[in-house]
Amino acid sequence: MSYILSLKNLILSRDGKKILRGVNLEIGDREIHSIIGANGAGKSTLAYTLMGLQGYEYEEGSIIFDGEDVAVLSITERAKKGITLAWQEPARFEGLKVRDYLAIGAKGNGGITEEEIKEALRKVDLKPEKYLDREVGEALSGGERKRIELASIITMKPKLAILDEPDSGIDVVSLKEIVSLIRALKENGSSVLVITHREEIAAASDKASLMCEGAILRSGDPLEISEFFKNRCIPCDNRVSPPQVI
Amino acid sequence: MTPITLNALSRETEDITAAYTAAGGDSAVLHNHGLASLVVSGNKVLSANGTEGIVIEKKETEHGVDIKLIIKKGYKIPLPVHLCFGLVHKDGLQEIKMDFVAEEDSAVELIAHCTFPNAEKVIHKMEAEMLIGKNASLKYTETHFHGPYGGIQVLPKAHVTIEEGGRYYTNFSLISGRVGYLEFDYSVDAGKDSICEMVTKVYGKADDIIKIFERVSLNGENARSVIKSRLAITDNAESIFRGITEGHAPRARGHVDCMEVLQGNAKAEAVPIVRVDNPLAKVTHEAAIGCVDKKEVETLMARGLEEDDAIDIIVKGMLA
Repeated sequence: MSYILSLKNLILSRDGKKILRGVNLEIGDREIHSIIGANGAGKSTLAYTLMGLQGYEYEEGSIIFDGEDVAVLSITERAKKGITLAWQEPARFEGLKVRDYLAIGAKGNGGITEEEIKEALRKVDLKPEKYLDREVGEALSGGERKRIELASIITMKPKLAILDEPDSGIDVVSLKEIVSLIRALKENGSSVLVITHREEIAAASDKASLMCEGAILRSGDPLEISEFFKNRCIPCDNRVSPPQVI
Repeated sequence: MTPITLNALSRETEDITAAYTAAGGDSAVLHNHGLASLVVSGNKVLSANGTEGIVIEKKETEHGVDIKLIIKKGYKIPLPVHLCFGLVHKDGLQEIKMDFVAEEDSAVELIAHCTFPNAEKVIHKMEAEMLIGKNASLKYTETHFHGPYGGIQVLPKAHVTIEEGGRYYTNFSLISGRVGYLEFDYSVDAGKDSICEMVTKVYGKADDIIKIFERVSLNGENARSVIKSRLAITDNAESIFRGITEGHAPRARGHVDCMEVLQGNAKAEAVPIVRVDNPLAKVTHEAAIGCVDKKEVETLMARGLEEDDAIDIIVKGMLA
């Protein structure tokens, strides 16, 4: 199987504390891969490290994306290679219209038509006529902003979309839409790395990994991993750290 | 005094029209007799066109023009009135005195472009007295273009009185080209049930100096106001913002909102001041100065933009 992303022994510390303790992970081409784990397990840190955000430079290990080590690449360069990230709490942009925001990511693919932008909004259940000219600013609700963030991933068509808790701040009824959207990203040609607490999203994945205290404890069938996390995972407070990677 | 020939006037009209376009104006509106307009170059009134319900009186002075603009009682002017003030020469002094009255129950939108495309040593002073009558409405948009040299001092000063039920919306922007030295000084007295919204947007570069002084006095019951300022400064530019709102009457509501973004060696100071002497009035404020938000920049970079382009989009959005 060919892997779009391969992480080997990724180690990262922040403020003198080891946050990633040797992450090993492989994500296949057009694979939906969920990472589940308790708060503080290092899931978002892993997402930021993959995107190359400032302050998340890893000390050891390697990130091989599409056959290339991306260690020295900036955020922009990684994005141009095809990696992108949807933040759990997306940034707000005063004065920037939704139509312009959604067009930004598509520049690398030769631009985008207005109809394609409208279609991306429809996919996240937002009416284009209502949202195209709105600002990506404070006036949007948290749920609206999250949907627009997902729409911006659709218009970008990345090789690897990293979604950091795309379900947070969105009501349960909308979970089905998020799941179908993630599938649509795959059908569009993207691999998707989803960080989530929700079983429904993990269940819709091709594969899942359980992350604990900065390491991947086990990877495999999403239902099995989800079940293990829910019923057999030792509560963090009662565990002797660090856990052993299985 | 040098006699002005028709050819010279024609040339000056062409020059100021080109400068008006450079400032973002649509020159066709200045030649449309169905629209009210006024074009002033230096101390010359090049054209003045009133329409029904509008009275324009003008008097050329040694260094500028005195203007009286009246919107007659009850007239709702359907299309914007276009104003152009400018100086196309490298140096000079332009003094504009404006006496504006929107009489009771009238409504008008004024769109002004102030253009100094070649300014190397220019002073532009504007002193205005504006009266928004009972239940009248004025929407005033002023866009400046100062060219690339920065050799200009712009000193607009206005006192605005809003009578009962009046509405005053103003938007001042100077985001293309250099600022030079700007000292913007507006004060507003707001009467019962009136609304005042003042927005300033300025982008300072090189050694530009920006001073924004705005004061709203909420004198009447239920008067409401917002002072909103968006400043972006880079290189060695400096800015000072002072926004004062005073609540003197029951149920008066005011808000002062200043956001400044710094890059390079720029320096900024923001002082929102709120004064309330009526226990039923409420005035709030917020001010933020800082570099461009890191998460915003990284978000746009994660969509493939270079860092400088990301910052440019964020700053332009803030000033849009």
